Amino acid sequence: MGLGAYFNGDGAFFNWDTHRDTLRAISVYGMLSCAMTLVIITGGIDLSVGSLLALSSVTFSLLTLHHSIPVPFAIAACLFAGVLCGGTSGVLISKFKVQPFIATLAMMVFARGIAKFISGSKKISTYVKQGDEYVNIEMPKIFDFLNSRILNDNLSIVTIIMVVCIIICFILINKMRYGRQLFAIGGNENAAKISGVPVNLVKVITYALSGFFCAIAGICQAAQEYQGDPEAGVSYELTAIAMVVIGGTSLNGGRGSILWTLIGILTMGYLEKILSINAVGEDKRLILTGIIIVGAVLFQKRKN
Amino acid sequence: MKKQQYINNEYLLEMNNIHKSFGSVEVLKGVDFGLKGGEVHVLAGENGAGKSTLMKILCGIHTADQGVIKRNGEIVNFKKVADSARHGISMIHQELSMIKELSIVDNIFLGQEITRFKFFNNPKEQEKKTTAILNKLNINIDCRRKVEEFAVSTQQMFEIAKALTFDAQIIIMDEPTSALNKPEAERLFDLIAELKSAGHAIVYISHKMDEIYRLADKITVLRDGEFIISSAASELPENKLVAALVGRELNQQYPNRTTKVGSDFFTVKNYSVEKKYGHGKLVDNISFSLKKGEILGIAGLEGSGNHELFYSLFGAYGINNSGNVVMDGRKLKIKNPKNSIEHNNMMLLTHDRKGDGLILDMSIQENTSLASMKRFSNKLTFMNKQKERKTAELFQNKMNIKCSSVNQCVGELSGGNQQKVVLAKCLETNPQVLLLDEPTRGVDVGAKKEIYDLMNQCTDAGISIILITSEMSELLAMSDRILVMHLGEITRELAKNEATPENVLAAAMGKVI
Repeated sequence: MGLGAYFNGDGAFFNWDTHRDTLRAISVYGMLSCAMTLVIITGGIDLSVGSLLALSSVTFSLLTLHHSIPVPFAIAACLFAGVLCGGTSGVLISKFKVQPFIATLAMMVFARGIAKFISGSKKISTYVKQGDEYVNIEMPKIFDFLNSRILNDNLSIVTIIMVVCIIICFILINKMRYGRQLFAIGGNENAAKISGVPVNLVKVITYALSGFFCAIAGICQAAQEYQGDPEAGVSYELTAIAMVVIGGTSLNGGRGSILWTLIGILTMGYLEKILSINAVGEDKRLILTGIIIVGAVLFQKRKN
Repeated sequence: MKKQQYINNEYLLEMNNIHKSFGSVEVLKGVDFGLKGGEVHVLAGENGAGKSTLMKILCGIHTADQGVIKRNGEIVNFKKVADSARHGISMIHQELSMIKELSIVDNIFLGQEITRFKFFNNPKEQEKKTTAILNKLNINIDCRRKVEEFAVSTQQMFEIAKALTFDAQIIIMDEPTSALNKPEAERLFDLIAELKSAGHAIVYISHKMDEIYRLADKITVLRDGEFIISSAASELPENKLVAALVGRELNQQYPNRTTKVGSDFFTVKNYSVEKKYGHGKLVDNISFSLKKGEILGIAGLEGSGNHELFYSLFGAYGINNSGNVVMDGRKLKIKNPKNSIEHNNMMLLTHDRKGDGLILDMSIQENTSLASMKRFSNKLTFMNKQKERKTAELFQNKMNIKCSSVNQCVGELSGGNQQKVVLAKCLETNPQVLLLDEPTRGVDVGAKKEIYDLMNQCTDAGISIILITSEMSELLAMSDRILVMHLGEITRELAKNEATPENVLAAAMGKVI
């Protein structure tokens, strides 16, 4: 933040619009990071978040634009698809003892394939073929709504959705039995089992929840782009992991906090923004991001 | 074994006024230690007394903040393990430091490989040397096999083989028998005698009284990081040693059993456990019963199946078992640990505290409630942290758990206090049958006594306990009745008044009477 105030890009940093846009840009990543935080606390990893986002975004667009299905049903369908895919990874990991990296890698490829299959590898937009000619159909209101801002245009709806996701995660992790069980499994799975923690069930729930948050992110992504892109979300999983890790959550499991993940999300988002308003090229931005990730993790290590 | 030249009164090694702090905690406060050739020097002290730290400084894992180490009269400075290894010092750690996926020979030469042209390994030479050492230890196995194929006790022997391979003149053994069974421990003791006569010096850390007096030439006692006494073993009788260890006279190490034992409460009939991998039975058709308020000891050497019996009864060894288990007239279904805790009113304290007992990153409070979280959360599964803290504090007071607060991470506690936390977790589930597997392993004298008292309180409250322990005196003192297992079968049942170390051991080694 201090950095931003100093390198303020000719005053752009002091304009609330800049912050609003930064927050909007990181919202989808933020939702994925929520999913990732839960999974990483158990000592696992979820590589499929980017693909699940694409799948959800394509499904949502297809159902609302091409098939004119009522929005609530479309949303429900997306969430169901996300939970189903995530839950499948969870079953593979807990019941069949497939390593999380491999199970979710497979899901990443598989879900991407499904997204391309149902969309015919095309972007799903309002531009549809009717009979022999292409027409532009009307955009359902939900897209505009999700893409709108409230409080005199000062806060994006997607940002609010991200905050809600974070609050849900916070309650899950810090206030409920489920959260304690997450840490127990990440900390020492054998001890958790001996103490009667239903390890397999908790893992399935965790990956299903991850799929759930990815589905929400996918819907928001579709709304922001006014289309469902089967190629969306490529390498988002890595950004999400970076955000979680900058927040100090240990990849070994058993340690982590959603609030620190929020700091990770903001760090990555603002870094990007500050560099771009100061007209730093993408090449240099990537180099700096790499350095910042290492720096943040080293800083966290020292604190422990 | 090569005869060392200098068996005389000169110190092979001296440590003077060693200080060491970790953060703000002063672990060693000016400790002196001297070691002569051909001597077994027992280093005694309760957990947290600083024994392990002192030895880690000696072998270069830690560096002292202050103080001098002299090797053969010359001041030396150990910055890393290789430094001390060069000076003929080798340590056998309490926790095994073998890499399981590597072969025995690779483990032994790890980091100190015999090379050709400084670059290529010389496996033939390494294997030759390893085989020679293993033969000397009476282990006749192919040294190219992987370490993970062997029992923990055998792995411990590999550690010893490693120390011998490099002909270390000073060998430090940190509780080497904690993972060994009786015959293996005997083999180790023979070996120690042999090393001694060859002029090696051995630093031996142990909590076991009989071992200490059997082996020690000299005993040095540390307490709370301070040097207390160093004396010839013959001049330091047991009661004086215990007094020096705990700082107060302990008249009696074991409390009397006064619980009135009730009638049969928990019955196991024709119980068998199949091996998880491969064929065969770990527990073979055993039957026994446990009375209300009774402590039933189960003795057995490694491979007797006693640990597996515990895990299996608790539902933590899969469901490949057969037979009847009845509690209070009700036939139990053994499914999984969760079911055992919630429906069968059983709880297991495992012998591997760090492996499956505690979650070291979690606080005392969180570990205490771990197995009974349902009672600390409402219908919507929200946790009641207030209630949790109060319960943890109750246990903290009752069990005398030494900690800064119940929010302290259990990983920061000493072994004895960690064990009390595990016990608190077990008791919080309100069990009727408590399976205690090595409840005092790696626990210091004072904490042991407290754990025994707690066991008595439990049985007074009507809890029935089955106890597995490898410490014979503990087994004899605490059990009302003893079952002896050998290779999955019960070979003998002994009442308290007829049990002696000799007949228990004989039955454990398979002598059927």
